[in-house]
Formats: sequence, C-alpha cells, structure tokens
Amino acid sequence: MSAMAALAEARLVSRRFGAFTAVQETSLAVGRGEIVGLLGANGAGKTTLIRLLLGLLRPSTGAVELFGSQPSIAARRRVGYVPQTLGLYSGLTVAENWAFTAAAFRMSGAALPAAIAGLGGELVGSLPLGVQRQVAFAVATGHRPELLVLDEPTSGVGPLGGARLWESIRQAADHGAGTLVTTHNLEEAEQCDRLVVMADGKVVAAGTAAEITAGRTAAEIRCADPARAFAVLDAGGISVQASGSALRAAAPAASVAGLLSEAEIDAKVSAMPASLEEAFVAIITGPMTT
Amino acid sequence: MSWGLRDVRLSRGRTVALAGVTVRADPGRITVVVGGDGAGKTSCLQVLAGLVEPDSGSVYRPPRERIGYVPATSGLYPDLTVEENLGFVARAYRMRAAELRDRGSALLGLTGLGGVRDRLGGHLSGGMQRKLAVAMALLHSPELIILDEPTTGVDPVSRAELWRLITRTAADGTAIAVATTYVNEAARAASVVLLEAGAMIASGTPDEILRGVPGALGTTRAASRPTPLSWRRGDSWRVWAPAGDLPDGAEEVRPDFQDAVVAASLAHERAE
Repeated sequence: MSAMAALAEARLVSRRFGAFTAVQETSLAVGRGEIVGLLGANGAGKTTLIRLLLGLLRPSTGAVELFGSQPSIAARRRVGYVPQTLGLYSGLTVAENWAFTAAAFRMSGAALPAAIAGLGGELVGSLPLGVQRQVAFAVATGHRPELLVLDEPTSGVGPLGGARLWESIRQAADHGAGTLVTTHNLEEAEQCDRLVVMADGKVVAAGTAAEITAGRTAAEIRCADPARAFAVLDAGGISVQASGSALRAAAPAASVAGLLSEAEIDAKVSAMPASLEEAFVAIITGPMTT
Repeated sequence: MSWGLRDVRLSRGRTVALAGVTVRADPGRITVVVGGDGAGKTSCLQVLAGLVEPDSGSVYRPPRERIGYVPATSGLYPDLTVEENLGFVARAYRMRAAELRDRGSALLGLTGLGGVRDRLGGHLSGGMQRKLAVAMALLHSPELIILDEPTTGVDPVSRAELWRLITRTAADGTAIAVATTYVNEAARAASVVLLEAGAMIASGTPDEILRGVPGALGTTRAASRPTPLSWRRGDSWRVWAPAGDLPDGAEEVRPDFQDAVVAASLAHERAE
C-alpha cells in the first residue's frame, strides 16, 4: 500500500503519558477497500493508536495523516465508528437513532439506510443483539464514510448473525471504504485482509493471517489416555489444551513426543499448522518463533 | 455418573428460553454450549446448576455443594482481595485451612494470579477477574463445573490460560460444561451443543457436526451473493449446495468447523 493511497496512516508514531509510553514508533496504514485487523492484549496500545489516527490525541513524535492531511474535525466527518457498546440509544426507535446521527453528520431528513429500512419503528432495545449490531453498522455508515473503525463488530452475535455482519462490512469495503477492526476474536481476525499485532505499544507482527501463521506449528496428540498425557506435558511446562478428542500443545512435536515416550505413554504426535490463535499466543508470550 | 439435561423445556414470560435441549456433561470431558446472546446458553447452564426449574424434561446433577458455577457476569466480590475472595468460598464450603492454603496456592499459580493476592477483585483486569472467578468455582474440587462465558471479552493470551486450566480440570476427572459465543472454542470440546433462539440446532462431537453438513461446499470470489445459501469468508464467498450441485465458478472446499456451524444455522433458519 503506497503512502499516496492510504486513507489513514501513522508513521513511526510514539505517544507518551508522563513516564508511560503507550505507543512506540508504530507505523500503520489503511488503504481504500482493505480491511485491517488490529490485534493485541488489553493495554497493548490499540486504543491509543486509533485515537492518534483520528486526531483525538496528538503524537509525542512521528506523523499521522488522515485522508492525506493532519487529522481535523472535517476529516473525522469522513470516518464511521462503531463501538463495541454500539453507540445507539436503546430506548429510541431505529428511525430516531438514525435521525439523531443524520443530524450530527449534516444530512437531516435523509432516508433510513436500505439495510434497516424495514426496522424504522422498532425500539433498538427490543431487537436481538445481532440485529442491533446490524443497525449500529448501518447507522454509523449511513453517511458513506471513507474510513470505518469497528470495535469487536460481532461480539456476542451467533454464527449466522456474525456471517451476515461480515457480509455488510465486506460490502462497504467493496465500495472502497477502508476498515480498521479491533478484536480479541481471532476467528473474526481471519476475516480481515491484513493483520497488525501490537504488544507493549509496539507492532510485533504484521501481514495476512497466512503470513503470520506461516512456519509455526502446534503438536496434536492422540492417545488412549489423554488425561495422563496432559498431566505429563503440563508438568513439563508445555501449554496443552483440549482439542475435541485430542490434545494440542504449543510446542515442537519432537519435544512433545520425547516427553511422552519418556513417560512410556503410547501416543501419536503430529506437527500441525498452528492456528492464528496459537500463533498469536506464541508471538505475545514466547521466544519460540518456529 | 454422567450429568446433563434431557429434552428440557423452559419458558421465561412469553419467551421460549429452551425448546427441548439435551446436554451431556460426562466426568473428564468438556461440553461446550455455543450460540449468540439470547440463544439460551445461560438458561441451559442455570437449569443444569439447579438455579432454575425447567417446565419439563429431566435434569441430572450432583448435589449443589458438589457443583462449581461461574455466572456470565462477575462471580467474584469486587471489594474483597483475591485472597479474601478464595477465603470466602472456602468458608462457604467449610474447607479446612490447610486445604484452602494448598488448593488456593495451586489455583493462584495456575491462573497467574499469585502476584496479585492482595489486590481488590474490582481492581483486576477483565481477564484476571474471569480467571479468579473460575479459580473460586474450582476451589472446593466440585464434580461438575459450569462456566458461563468465561472467555468473553478476554484477550487471547488469558483465554489460552483459561483453556489450559479447563483442560487440566477435565483431565482430573471433573465434568465441565462451558458456554461461549466463540465457535473455535467449541471445536475444542468433546461434545458440542449449538443453540439458536432456544432451539438445539446441532449437537455431537466436533467431528460429527463437521460430517453433518450434507452436499458440497464451494468457494468463489463472486462480486455479489452467489446463492441464498452463501456467506462471506475473508475476501471470498462460501457457497453451500445441500444437494451437491455447486454453481459454475465455485471451487469445492472441505468445510471446517466454522463452516459446519454456519451451515447448520442456515439449515435451521430455512426450516423455520
């Protein structure tokens, strides 16, 4: 993504609060039509970085551009934001919520967005959460923003509702909107075109989900007595989790097989491609990179 | 002894919270109840815990003092320290001091809370609060552990720690029922129940649910929704043809667990 095409871009941005550095020499760009996932543990600096990109905070050092110039109120009108808490008035109808937002974006009297046209009279609070999230998305994107910022967009929504929300998000991207998604849900992260992983204020990994998991493996363990295998591996300091009828360990298959054979446990140990979640945990916590 | 629900129905006001739900919770195994908000997960776990009486159906559970239950909200006392929270549970179950000391220390070590024993529950991060609530439910070594969304909103590192603890508890022979909105967590379970609006729309082992997708699944990069039975997956579409007749341009793929869950949800919606 060239700098020219970026809708929002941070270049080597740092932000300090007193002695605490929340974001350190971080670069991030969101281009037209792309969906970028911003991942990281709580306190990793994601929210500070977003506030810097939107101009709600000034960087201590480094440069931020929103639509090619310094972030301003006028530029922020071209942004749509959906917080995890939805940002809707649950005691008002869908139409009233829309009227409120439309007025804020100087489009009073605009018709309800097509996606929620049939819901105008419904009280937001009486709708299922999946529908409320659809409404929040439609309301926040009704002014055709060029940049979308979505915080945990499918949190609490069932599998089908989640798939439908992503259909809306993809549709906005297909129409050229750039999208920045923050999430703890790595299934949701896999829906993004590109991921940026932050830890302690710095970018520690970036790329597509396939690039981030490339070369990383997890060990799958199948045996007659998974409880005993778990006890042996757990005592050996290996992080093991259930995986259906098998176990998965965040460790090289050879060392897992070694520990099990020392304990005389007959098990089939296979190296499997790591899931995004396993890769993420390894990036954040472990020195182990392969 | 196996615990669980058989064909349980429950109404709350005029809403059907559970429309005939069957859940097995076997010793040493992890059962996951998965669905969105309002699917009936909490009702299901409350009936299993004996907090709510169902309208009909059978419930099999150990005596209440042999159950550990963590509600979706909190499950700890914000004005007590980490150690005091554990002490409170120990007194409620009349645990001996030595038992509290040994088991409490072990659980604090496993949850990474050993360094914050004196911190107030309300001052812990979200992930730490969930870990403390789970540790409190495990303290008296119950036979059946019921966890309502222990990982919702928790970052992936804390989530992995919680799943390691859950797996360890199952390995010790405890029956565990966990509710979650994350489909990939259901794939870890020995048995899965998928709920939507109180209805059980799929159940079995993850492999059984995966094999339960009839027909063919394809992928395509069409510009618009290729068929009514399609959903987005990254920058392409998944197209499901229950009769096996994939449209032109769709390349057949093997469904993963997430595809199987969406397909089951779509099939249920069409049947309604």
